[in-house]
Amino acid sequence: MPDLSINFAGIKSPNPFWLASAPPTNSGYQVMKAFDAGWGGAVWKTLGVPVVNVSSRYGGVNYRDKRLVGFNNIELISDRPLADNLREIEEVKKRFPNHAVIASLMVQSRQEWHDIVRDVTNAGSDGIELNFGCPHGMCERGMGSAVGQEPEVLQTIVEWVMEVAKIPVIVKLTPNISDITEPAMAARRGGADAISLINTIQSIVGVDLDLFAPYPIVDGKGSNGGYCGPAVKPIALNMVKNCAQHPEVQLPISGIGGIENWRDAVEHILLGASSVQVCTAAMHFGFGIIREMTSGLEQYMTEKGFHTIYDMVGKALPNVKHWEDLNLKYKVTADINEEKCIGCQLCYTACEDGAHQAIRLQEGSRTPEIIQENCVGCNLCSLVCPVEQCITMERRDDGTEHLTWKERTEAGTIPTEFNDERAGGRHHWVPEPAAALGKEKHKTLPGKARQYAAADAAALEATPAAGAE
Amino acid sequence: MAEYKTPTSEPEFHANFSQIKPRMNNSEALFESSRCLFCFDAPCIKACPSGIDIPQFIRQINTGNTTGAARTIYEANYFGNACGKVCPTEVLCEGACVYNLQDVKPIEIGRLQSFATREAIEQDKKLFGPGAPNGRKVAIIGAGPAGISAACELRSLGYEVDVFEAKSQPSGLTVYGVAPYKITNEEVLAEMAYLENQFGFRVQYNQPITSRRELEALEESYDAIFLGIGLGATNPLLLPGEERHNCVGAVEFIEQLRMRHHQTAVGRKVIVLGGGNTAMDAASESARMGAEDVILAYRRGKEEMGAYEFEYDLAKGVGVKGLFNVAPVEIVGNGKVEGVRFIRTATLNGQVQVVPGSEFVESCDMVIKATGQAKQTQLLSLIPGLQVDNKGRIVADERTGQTTNPKYFTSGDARNGGAEVVNASAEAKATARGIHAFLSC
Repeated sequence: MPDLSINFAGIKSPNPFWLASAPPTNSGYQVMKAFDAGWGGAVWKTLGVPVVNVSSRYGGVNYRDKRLVGFNNIELISDRPLADNLREIEEVKKRFPNHAVIASLMVQSRQEWHDIVRDVTNAGSDGIELNFGCPHGMCERGMGSAVGQEPEVLQTIVEWVMEVAKIPVIVKLTPNISDITEPAMAARRGGADAISLINTIQSIVGVDLDLFAPYPIVDGKGSNGGYCGPAVKPIALNMVKNCAQHPEVQLPISGIGGIENWRDAVEHILLGASSVQVCTAAMHFGFGIIREMTSGLEQYMTEKGFHTIYDMVGKALPNVKHWEDLNLKYKVTADINEEKCIGCQLCYTACEDGAHQAIRLQEGSRTPEIIQENCVGCNLCSLVCPVEQCITMERRDDGTEHLTWKERTEAGTIPTEFNDERAGGRHHWVPEPAAALGKEKHKTLPGKARQYAAADAAALEATPAAGAE
Repeated sequence: MAEYKTPTSEPEFHANFSQIKPRMNNSEALFESSRCLFCFDAPCIKACPSGIDIPQFIRQINTGNTTGAARTIYEANYFGNACGKVCPTEVLCEGACVYNLQDVKPIEIGRLQSFATREAIEQDKKLFGPGAPNGRKVAIIGAGPAGISAACELRSLGYEVDVFEAKSQPSGLTVYGVAPYKITNEEVLAEMAYLENQFGFRVQYNQPITSRRELEALEESYDAIFLGIGLGATNPLLLPGEERHNCVGAVEFIEQLRMRHHQTAVGRKVIVLGGGNTAMDAASESARMGAEDVILAYRRGKEEMGAYEFEYDLAKGVGVKGLFNVAPVEIVGNGKVEGVRFIRTATLNGQVQVVPGSEFVESCDMVIKATGQAKQTQLLSLIPGLQVDNKGRIVADERTGQTTNPKYFTSGDARNGGAEVVNASAEAKATARGIHAFLSC
């Protein structure tokens, strides 16, 4: 059995799954229920001067028949008195001494920070998370993402906290910033023990077509909220990777954003997270989803031979490169498995209208055919194909050549003029524009493609590179 | 024992004849419509005789534009709701769905179609109207799927339209001849009322056109005449004993069932003669009416039946038993039907041959003949110059529906010899355009 336990910047937890600071961690009741269900830790809903909330507070993005692929909220930090929260933290820790309870905090003055850090430490918290991410309501008051967007302010506050902190301090970052590594570095400079990301993204999830108001609607009006849920995972993964790869960040990362199952969690971990936080999925499906997450993670680790979480942390990072380091000589093109094709022809229209006109229809068959000469290997057809493994991208180069944009730049062989013949698309076949209006929609023929390319090459030889007109 | 109790009241009747394609609720429609792949050059459209842009209306349902979906459907087929329910979708649109090739359940196109159109009907959404009057008049004989579809299309083109219907209700087979578990009378009539309200054609019920004098009157008053007369009564078997009480035609039986519901008398043991879809309907219906035994007797093998496989499955599903390779030779009984004398058959080189000495009597107290319908030759013979082919079908131009008497046009069963509602509807729409072209030049 793989060991799922972690020691995250000094915070111990039986598994890497924590509930993120949010409505599911609003009370001791919920946190105990979650621990009982199998969650390894919980970041308590942010404490500060209690607020007054509005109703409604949540907005959803549904896609076709799927509910809440995206989610947002305009709820603020805890609206419960600090004393109640502290008492409940204490009680939870008494019953679950080996689980991680992390207090999320958001206050303003240096004194307030000092006081509240001492309070939650005395209550038995295992760690502290500084909420520098909340993108609505609190930021207008100079807190939350207002701090996360100002690295110097962030650093100052972290320094204030570190003056008194006796337990590990995590800084939670906002994604509402152009470069996530800036506040991450500021957190490190301030002395933080770890970072967590991402907080929610400022958003409007939709507009009511009858009331002309954004969701969620409060008495006919609305406000921008914080976006989360499965839809934000790609953004979160990229930011986690950015922080994990940055040489000046070098802090443990708690990954947050779109984690709904074990696969999402593993993706975060492979890109550098060593604990993961979940909120929307628990709000949507309840604490019970933890069983699927832990068992999936265990199974994965067993199959891959990972003994601990740390065997896999950041495992994908070496393969995340800059675009200029990718091999330009690597060549894949699409293959259609005729046995599997069901003839929906989605690949055909996608390639025809959305890509490179490299698929044609065949007489007497609904199975389209790849025009290998025209295929640029973009992958679109295989992405739209509804049948598993029907369209695959097959390697066509012989693997002997390797050349990157960076190397070409160094060798001086990149296109430098507007009409440079070294441009990548120069030798790609495209139909004549007028053919789009013809009766016969698709005139692409491999023979013609070759002919075109040959003529193009001949013309190139005859005349030196044409300049811009 | 019978699977169904003989219904004695309207609610019991409806319980026995619950809809095989029940109405979708909003969630079902959302889930189902979300599965559509939006195929290019979609096979479902090609498989639909009326060419409805199916992926388009499904996507419209999915995006909450149900009214737009209804418009897409009605633009192609005026029997949008009826066809969604009575069409053999298993062999048409749904049979063509690419999901079949992946062994995934095809999209329930028929039910989605009815979902959209029923909403439009119930909310009386104004989708179409008559065109600007062009001063010309067309008479339509028969208010069935062909006649009504032609009426709608002609009205949209600006014609005055009068429909003459022999029966007391519109929509022909849809209300009189389709199995009640496929569609209810109320539903059919609601769609008819909706169309009539949108297009404003006039229907004169209980107005059979049967004499030359009546035809002459129409020829004088109208610029063109559309024949949407369908087929006639059940063909006689020409067997001894056919006149015995409780030996009835399938068309007549189904009509009575549609009109009189639980008041229709059904035998305890019923033999249905025939292997077509009407035979399957009659057999299923007998079983649902509480008959203890229902036997479907066909003169060839099971595989050779004309009925769609799913129709036979439907009949089997309610307890109907098949008796194959038998030919009836006599309806036995004493005043009342007491049985059918059969002789066994064998098929040799495609020809049915009787097996000498193999006669036997299968007892029963009701015989339903589902052996085809007669053509309306009597009426057709009154139209000068009108040609019919050797099968009794009216000869007409494939594209325009014009008959050999230029003033007469035709569509539907009378022309195609008997097909689906959707075929009649699609042909009639084209024929209406043919009439328009004829009268416009």
